Amino acid sequence: MANLWKPLRKDIAAVISLGIIAAVVVLALGAPLFAPHSPTEQFADGLSDIGAPLPPDGKFWLGTDLLGRDLYSRLLFGGRNSLLIGLLANGAALLIGTLVGVVAGYIQGRAGNAIMRFTDLMMAIPALLLAIALAIILERSVWIVALVIALVNWVQVARVIYTETVGLEARDFVRAARALGAGPVRVLSRHILPHLLPTLLVYGTLGISTTVMLEAMLSFLGVGVQPPDPSWGGIIFESQSYLMNAPWLVIFPGLVILAVALAFNLVGDALRDALDPRQRRQVG
Amino acid sequence: MIAYIVRRLAAVVLILLGVSAITYCLLFLLPADPVDLLAGRNATPEMREALRQELGLDQPLPVQYAVYLGKLVQGDMGRSLAQKVDVSLLIAARLPATLQLMAAAIVASLLLGLPAGMYAAMRRGTLPDKAAMIASFAGVSAPQFVVGLLLLYLFAYKLGWLPMGGYGLANIILPALTVAVANGGWYSRMMRSSMIEVLSQDYMRTARAKGLPRWRAVLNHGFRNAMLPIIAMVGIDMGYLITNIVIVESVFGWPGIGQLLWQGIQRLDYTIIIGVTITAAVVITLANLLADLLTPLIDPRIELR
Amino acid sequence: MKRILLSAAAAIALIAATPALAQAPKQGGEAIITFNNDLTTLDPQVGYDWQNWSVIKSIFDGLMDYEPGSTELRPDLAESYTISDDGQTYTFKLRDGLKFHNGRAVTADDVKYSIERAVNPATQSPGGGYFSVIKGYDEMVGGAPGLSGITAADDKTVVIQLNRPDATFLHVIALNFAFVVPKEEVEKAGGNFGIAPVGTGAFKFVEWVPGQRLVLERFADYHEAGVPYLDKLTFEFGQDPTVAVLRLQKGEIDIAGDGIPPAQFNEIMSDSANKDLIAVGDQLHTGYVTLNAKMPPLDNVKVRQAINMAINKDRIVKLINNRGVPATQPLPPAMPGYDKDQKGYAFDPNKAKALLTEAGFPNGFATEIYAMNVDPNPRIAQAIQQDLAAVGITAEVKSLGQGEVIDAGGQTKAPMIWSGGMAWIADFPDPANFYYGILGCSSVGNGGWNWAGYCNEALDQRANQADSMVAAEQAAARTDAWKGIYNDLMKDAPWVPIFNEKRFTYHSARLGGDASLFTDPIHIPVNYDFIYNKDAQ
Repeated sequence: MANLWKPLRKDIAAVISLGIIAAVVVLALGAPLFAPHSPTEQFADGLSDIGAPLPPDGKFWLGTDLLGRDLYSRLLFGGRNSLLIGLLANGAALLIGTLVGVVAGYIQGRAGNAIMRFTDLMMAIPALLLAIALAIILERSVWIVALVIALVNWVQVARVIYTETVGLEARDFVRAARALGAGPVRVLSRHILPHLLPTLLVYGTLGISTTVMLEAMLSFLGVGVQPPDPSWGGIIFESQSYLMNAPWLVIFPGLVILAVALAFNLVGDALRDALDPRQRRQVG
Repeated sequence: MIAYIVRRLAAVVLILLGVSAITYCLLFLLPADPVDLLAGRNATPEMREALRQELGLDQPLPVQYAVYLGKLVQGDMGRSLAQKVDVSLLIAARLPATLQLMAAAIVASLLLGLPAGMYAAMRRGTLPDKAAMIASFAGVSAPQFVVGLLLLYLFAYKLGWLPMGGYGLANIILPALTVAVANGGWYSRMMRSSMIEVLSQDYMRTARAKGLPRWRAVLNHGFRNAMLPIIAMVGIDMGYLITNIVIVESVFGWPGIGQLLWQGIQRLDYTIIIGVTITAAVVITLANLLADLLTPLIDPRIELR
Repeated sequence: MKRILLSAAAAIALIAATPALAQAPKQGGEAIITFNNDLTTLDPQVGYDWQNWSVIKSIFDGLMDYEPGSTELRPDLAESYTISDDGQTYTFKLRDGLKFHNGRAVTADDVKYSIERAVNPATQSPGGGYFSVIKGYDEMVGGAPGLSGITAADDKTVVIQLNRPDATFLHVIALNFAFVVPKEEVEKAGGNFGIAPVGTGAFKFVEWVPGQRLVLERFADYHEAGVPYLDKLTFEFGQDPTVAVLRLQKGEIDIAGDGIPPAQFNEIMSDSANKDLIAVGDQLHTGYVTLNAKMPPLDNVKVRQAINMAINKDRIVKLINNRGVPATQPLPPAMPGYDKDQKGYAFDPNKAKALLTEAGFPNGFATEIYAMNVDPNPRIAQAIQQDLAAVGITAEVKSLGQGEVIDAGGQTKAPMIWSGGMAWIADFPDPANFYYGILGCSSVGNGGWNWAGYCNEALDQRANQADSMVAAEQAAARTDAWKGIYNDLMKDAPWVPIFNEKRFTYHSARLGGDASLFTDPIHIPVNYDFIYNKDAQ
C-alpha cells in the first residue's frame, strides 16, 4: 500500500478529493457535536407566517425545510445515513460480486458459464425496478436499503472479477501451484485473491459514489430511508414541490451528493491509474 | 452472419423468460394484496373473492405464471389491474415517447461527450485535459434528478427559454440534456482513452508522415477505431438509460413507459409492472444486439462469432 | 296549497338571483384543462377516482343526477320516479328522445344492462357492492346472468326492487356505476371500453392519446336543451401543477385541474388580479387519523381520546397553507347531518397526558403511524409524530406506497393511519356514506376500509334504522338520527378528524359560470356541462 501514496500525491485533484471525503466523514460521524440543532425538531419559528420554509439566516445556517427543521443539521445527520448506506452497500456488493466472480472464473466450464449467464440476466432487469421492488418487499430500514443496493450492484463487480480470475487462472504460477497439489482454497486464497485486491480497491472506491447516488434515488422515489430520519436524497424528495420557492432545499443536498460522489470517483480513478498503468487504456 | 443473429435472438428469448420469471416472483413477494386496492371501498367479502377469481389471483404462483406466459406468446400482456385496459395497448401508446427520449438522450450524450474526449486526448497531460476530465466526472457524479430539477428551474422557470414538461420537440431538450450531463461524462472519458490508444498507433504516424494535417488524420483514421468501444458502451448503456428513464420521465412529465411503470408501482398494478419490465428488457437486449452488429461495419477485421 | 305557491315563488326568486343565468351563457368555444396524471379509465362501471369522475359524468348520464354545483338530487335520464309505500320498489320513467352518441335510442333494457354490468364480477367494478341492496344481487355475484330485481316493464319504464327500504338508494342510483352504456359498443370494444367510451352525456368522446391528451366534443342531441355550452373540451396530461398555473396566467389554458400547488398558494391567493378567477368551495372531504381499536393500547378509549387532544390541528392546517379548516367530527361541514354544535376534542396536551396516566400509561408508549409517501402526507405524519412525542407517545412513521397502506389498513394491521391521499371524499352527499364503508362492523378486516377496526353493534343498528326512513317527510328526522349516531361515535373516538379540505379552482378569465360550478361537490372539481366561454360568438 505504501507504494500507492507516492503517485497519488502527484494528482492534485485526488488529494483535494481525499480531503473532502475526510471532512465529510468527520462532519457526518460527529454530527451530534457539529449540528447546531436537532435534525428532527420542527421549530415553530422555522416557518414563515404563511407556513413557508425560511432561507438561510442567523439561526438556521442553510435555511429550514417544509416542517421548519434546520437544513444544516439535517444534512449532517443525513450524511451519517447516506454514507453508512453507501459504505455498507458497497462492501456487500464487493463481497457478493467477488464470491460469484471468483467461483465462476475459477471453475469455469459449464457451471461457470451458467453462473455468468445468470449474471447477464440480472443485468437485463432495470436496476431501479429491482431496487424498488425489493425495498417494498422487505422492511424499510437503513440496513435493508443498503442490502437492496448491494443486491443491485454486485453484478458489475462479478463481471470484472470473473474476467480477472480467468486471466489469472491461466497464469503459470497458478498452474504450477495446482501441479504441486495445492487445493482450490489454497490456490484461491494464496495466489488469486491477492492479485485481485487492487481491482477490488478501485471498484470499492468508485462504487461508493454509485451507491450513494442509488440511495439518493431510492429516497427520492420515496422508498428509501424512512422519515423523519434524514438522508440527502430524502430531503430532496420532500422538497421538490417547493423547488421554485425554496430552491436551497434542493441545491444544498444536491451539491453535497455531487461533492461526495465526485470525490470518491476522482480518488478511485487516481488509484486505478496508480496501480496499473496499463489500465489507463482499457475500457472502464 | 445469419446463424449469429439467430443464436443471439434465441438468447433474447431466454433472457425474457428469465426476466419475467424473476419479476413475477418478486411481485408475489410484495406484502400488499392488490385485490384490496381494486375491490373498492364498498365491496363485500363475496365481491372480493369473485374479483380474486376473476383476476386469477387465487391460483398457485406457477399456474399463474404459466397462464401469463401462454398469453404473452400471443402478444397479450394481460389487462392493467387498475385501468382495466389491455397492457399492450398502454405500452404501445407510450413506447414511442420513451424510445424518442432514449434516442435524443444518446445523441445528446455523444454530442456532449465525444468532442470533449477528443479534445482532451489531443491535449493530453495539459490543464485543459485535466479540467475536461474533472468536468466529466462531475457530470457522472451529479444525481440525475437534481440536475433535472435544476435545469428545469433555470431554463424553463427563471429564463423561460424552454417549456416546462409536456411532450414535443422543444420539450425533449431538457430531459435529454439531463441524461446527457451524466452519460456524456462516461463517453468523454472513454473517447479520451481510446483516442490516446489510437493516436499512438503506427498508421497514424504514417498518415502524418504523408502530410495529412493532424485533425484530418484524427478524423479519417483515428475516429473510426476509437468509436468501437463507444458503440459497445452505448449498448451497455441502454440498461442504465432505461433505469434512469423512470426518474427523468417523472421529473419532466414525459409520457413514456417509465411514467407508466412508476404509476403501476404506486397502484401495485402487477400486470403493468411485469409488462413494462419485459418491454424494457427486450429493448435493452435488442439494443445490445444492434450495437454488436454495428461493430463489424466500423472495423471489418472484427468477426462476429 | 299556500305552502307550494310560496316555495315556487322562493324557487323562482332563487333562480333569478343565480348569477349563471343572469350572465346569459353563450354557446360555443372550447376549454383546455390540464392534469398531471393520466386518467385511469373512462369506463363508468370502473372509474373510481375524483380525477376521472367529472369527465365520466360529462360523457355519461344516469337515471338521477344532482343540481349543478349542489348536492340536491334531481332526475336526469329519468323523467320522473315513484317509490312504493314500503320503500322497496322504485319505478323510473325514462324521458322521450334519449339517444346514445352512436345515434341509437336509449331503452329501459339499457338501464338494466348497465347496472348488471356493474355487479357482474367479470367487469371487476369497484362499485358493484353499492347495488347489494337490489334483489338478486347475491345470485348474480354467485354466477346468475342478471339481476332479478331489475325489470324493464316496457321500453321506457324501469322497475327496481330492493331487499329492504334504503333511504340512500336514489343517491346510489346517481352514482357513475349506474350510468347507462350501450351494450353493442361495450361488446365491440372487447374489454377496452374504458378508452373508447360511448354514452348519453353532454359531451362525446373524440380521441385519447394516453399520457398526452383527451378530446371531447359537444353532443348535439343531448336531452337537455342548450347544454353543454362549450363545443370542445381538451384535457392535457403530464402537466406539472406549477407549470399549469404559469400557463394559465399566460392565457394558454383554462383550468389547472390539479389546483394551485402548495408552494404558490399564498402568493396566488393574495394577488388581487386573481380575485374573480379562483372559485372556492367546500368539498365533502375529511382527513383523519384512524386509531386501531383492536390493537392495544389503542383499544382503550381513554388512550384514543388522549390522542385526539394531543394533536394540534391548527398547525397542520398551516402546513397545508390554510387550504382547509380543522375538523371537529367525521362529517364535513357541507354534508347533511353535520352538527355545528359538536366541538370535538380541543387541543390540550396536558389533559391528554392526564388521560394517558389514568389509562395506565404515565410514560406513554410506542406505536406506528402509516402514511402515503406522496407529499404532503409524510410531512403531516411527521407533524403528528411530534405532537404525540410531546405527550410521551413515540410514533414511528411508516411512509409507504398507497397500495401498501391500504392493504395494512384492510388487514387491520396498522395502529394509526393518516388518511391523506386516500382520505374519504364522499361518494354521494349523504351521512350514510361516511358510515358503513369506513366505520361499520361489516367493513372490518378482510380488506375492508374500516381501518380503525371499530365495531359498535348498537350504532350499526341505529344506522340501519335511520336508512329505513325512506319517506320524504322523514328526511329531517333521519338527519337528526344520523347526527346522533355520529355524536355518540365521537365519544368512542375511533378517529382523530384533522381537517376538511376546501376546493380551490383556478380558471381563466374567459370561462364563465357560477363559482359553485367550478367547485362542484359531485362533478369534482368542475361541472363541464354548464360552464361557458365568454369569447364565444
